[in-house]
Amino acid sequence: MKEITRREFLKASAAGAGLTIAVSVTPFGYRLYAARQEVLPFAPNAWLRVTPRNEMIVTVNKSEMGQGVHTSLPMIVADEADADWGRVTVEMAPAADRYKDPLWQMQATGGSTSVRHMLTPLREAAAAAREMLVKAAADRWGVAESDCETAQSTVKNRRSGKSLTYGELAEAASRLPLPKAPRLKQPGRFVLIGTPAARPDIPPKVNGTAIFGIDVQLRNMLYGTVDRPPLFGAEILSYDAAAAGKVPGVRNVARIRRGVAVSADTPAAAWEGKKALRTTWSGGVQPSLDNTTLEKLFLAQLDQEGLVAKNEGNAGEALKDATRKVEAVYLLPYLSHMNMEPMNCTASVKKDSCEVWAPTQNQTGVLELAKKMTGLPADRIQVHTTYLGTGFGRRFETDFVEEAIEASKAAQRPVKVIWTREEDLKNDFYRPANATRLEGSLDGRGNLVAWSLKIAVPSIFSRAMPAMMKGGIDPAAVDGIVETPYEFPNFRIEYVRTDTPVPVGFWRSVGNSHNGFTMESFMDEMAYAAGKDPLEFRLGLLKNHPRPYRVLETVAERSGWGKPPRYGEALGLAQHFSFESYVAQVAEVSVDRNSGAIKVHRIVCAVDCGMAVNPDTVEAQMEGGITMGLSAGLMEKISFAAGGVASSNFHNYPLLRLAGTPDIEVHIVNGGGPAGGIGEPGVPPVAPAVANAVFRAAGIRLRRLPMTPDAVLAAMKAT
Amino acid sequence: MTRLTINGKSYHVDVKPDVPLLWVIRERLKLTGTKFGCGVGLCGACTVHVDGEAQRSCQVPVRQVQGKQITTIEGLPEDHPVKKAWIREQVPQCGYCQPGQIMQAAAMLAKKPDPTDQDIMEFMNGNICRCGTYPRIKAAIKTAAKEGGKR
Repeated sequence: MKEITRREFLKASAAGAGLTIAVSVTPFGYRLYAARQEVLPFAPNAWLRVTPRNEMIVTVNKSEMGQGVHTSLPMIVADEADADWGRVTVEMAPAADRYKDPLWQMQATGGSTSVRHMLTPLREAAAAAREMLVKAAADRWGVAESDCETAQSTVKNRRSGKSLTYGELAEAASRLPLPKAPRLKQPGRFVLIGTPAARPDIPPKVNGTAIFGIDVQLRNMLYGTVDRPPLFGAEILSYDAAAAGKVPGVRNVARIRRGVAVSADTPAAAWEGKKALRTTWSGGVQPSLDNTTLEKLFLAQLDQEGLVAKNEGNAGEALKDATRKVEAVYLLPYLSHMNMEPMNCTASVKKDSCEVWAPTQNQTGVLELAKKMTGLPADRIQVHTTYLGTGFGRRFETDFVEEAIEASKAAQRPVKVIWTREEDLKNDFYRPANATRLEGSLDGRGNLVAWSLKIAVPSIFSRAMPAMMKGGIDPAAVDGIVETPYEFPNFRIEYVRTDTPVPVGFWRSVGNSHNGFTMESFMDEMAYAAGKDPLEFRLGLLKNHPRPYRVLETVAERSGWGKPPRYGEALGLAQHFSFESYVAQVAEVSVDRNSGAIKVHRIVCAVDCGMAVNPDTVEAQMEGGITMGLSAGLMEKISFAAGGVASSNFHNYPLLRLAGTPDIEVHIVNGGGPAGGIGEPGVPPVAPAVANAVFRAAGIRLRRLPMTPDAVLAAMKAT
Repeated sequence: MTRLTINGKSYHVDVKPDVPLLWVIRERLKLTGTKFGCGVGLCGACTVHVDGEAQRSCQVPVRQVQGKQITTIEGLPEDHPVKKAWIREQVPQCGYCQPGQIMQAAAMLAKKPDPTDQDIMEFMNGNICRCGTYPRIKAAIKTAAKEGGKR
């Protein structure tokens, strides 16, 4: 299989009729229909097409940002259709209603949902295609359909031994009625699903030909840059458009919503033009905002009364009566996405058309934005999704698209707006900082009786998707806590919404990224207080939950839990349930008492994501989630000063590098459940596993992130 | 006019001599495999070879590389052991940093055909991968070394 290029696609389309199976998405779900492109007044929302040349083209409505969805979704189609994987190509869908996610009613990629949401619609489309191809073959041979079998894009006549390719049958099949209820394969019959099929996007990513947003080149294109507020809420006082316009190569200077856009013949000229603007800005909305004021604010918010997100039993009473009570406060920082491909977008706005090339996770958002900004109807707007140099939720936002559309409108030419790394880091929608107070109690035998949690955290959904707010509670704030598989006899969750001028957004695993840390660190604190082994203590709370139970048992067995560590000083354990998948990890660490540096030698991970469409992708996503979670846990923190972001580039917002990356071992546990997500669930358990290992190694409990050498030294001094 | 030799081809480009090589390669010559990541030589996404040495093209003014042999990801042979190993080990996820990683690894193997773990850590530590493909990068370098990374 390979990734299809636009030219090849046009050639294939021009090659004539074939079988097209489409899925129509309606408010009541999806339904299948057969379509022949040449007779339809509109391009069909086809998920798969079979050409007379015996190629199968699969259209994917989800963005490829590294998570492997341009492999896993075509695998699902090819398997169900009994197609030859070597004859399958994949193309990215344009932004259109017909490509909306049937469950979300919007075209977007996020929430580790791609396989979960598309599995059944794609299987049904593929099964229908297969049945039609079989019927066409049976008709031609004058035999019953039951005399035919399919494999490798071929229908075989069991009686005569003759065979016809799908390509040879495509034309005839396209004239047949659609099966009303196509029969799906029994899971045991899958031939591709469950195999580590090679990713078709890898060869172009290795030879440099893969096109990311930043690589888009158009004739007559300008390079855009934007002068944005240096502090939160700062407004423009003055700027010198004439001076910028005099810089050689600068073609346009325009006031836009967020600041001033400068478009020029080269990136260098655009940046020079921006300097020449000498823009002056008002002070920010909160000049006192810095690391200290934010810390104080979050901690103080824990004394406010919040909204109750969950209340089972009576945690308050149970805590009062407790034999043994433990209380701890955790404080976690704002984080940046730091996509390696900085934000960028290319737009070409004309009087009667608008084209956007964007590395976006949110095609519907881009289309709606373009409609609003240009006043054009959807059929005059084209949104091309390029490869994404990661997304992690940042590219669900459309701010970078807005700037390109504004710049192109003003310059009346195509404009590619490229953000610098500094701009990217200073204008993020950050993973929210938060403070969490946890209280737990034990009975005389060390059994957990009550678990009470209060979190003070900014709200993401109230801005990004207000309809998702539930009675004032942001689902992200309590991600991974409300749906914890642990059984607590008394369980209370309270949420104190704590908005600040710092914009917040979705960051890989969202609220799970911080709640996994607080929940699983405190779980270890409770196990310690109970005098129990952290594994046994957790298993005791999961007796009725076989999937996380088995995931924990697996990671314990594979990591040598309970035995002396092999490479480091101590092991630490954590598990977390998110996006319908169970993940447990064991970290093996050493702590350098002189420097305070934590060395993570090895992470052993067990994951139960239900159906693993491509086990190699599952492993890769666990490796990636672990690396990102470890990076955040050990070194990431946005720094603020004087009402704005002080962090600026990789020197003061460091990311984990190769030398600090541990060996990672992934074990897939098949718990037999439905398909779970895989892009995000690897992130939450790693930081608490490390913190728990540090506790066992050095006797210090790190309740603040990141776990820098300074934090370790300070904690050792305090004990 | 600045004269550049890139992937064996000669180019005459009319750019200011202090413009970083990265932007000339990407936006003037449309060789977009070389990526922009940080602009200050901290991430390695823009790594190319200048006379066989790995260099951060965002930090190299074009005037410095006149008359030198520049190789970008597009110029590294398709059958180069590093490219083959990157596919075999299924290294890339998003893929954005990978041209830089590959160029860095190829330069290392040209000098150290049989690198130790320590060599890999030292030589590859300047290249950031946000996807976390580091374990596979390590594995692919070893695979490439076995196949003969001398080229």
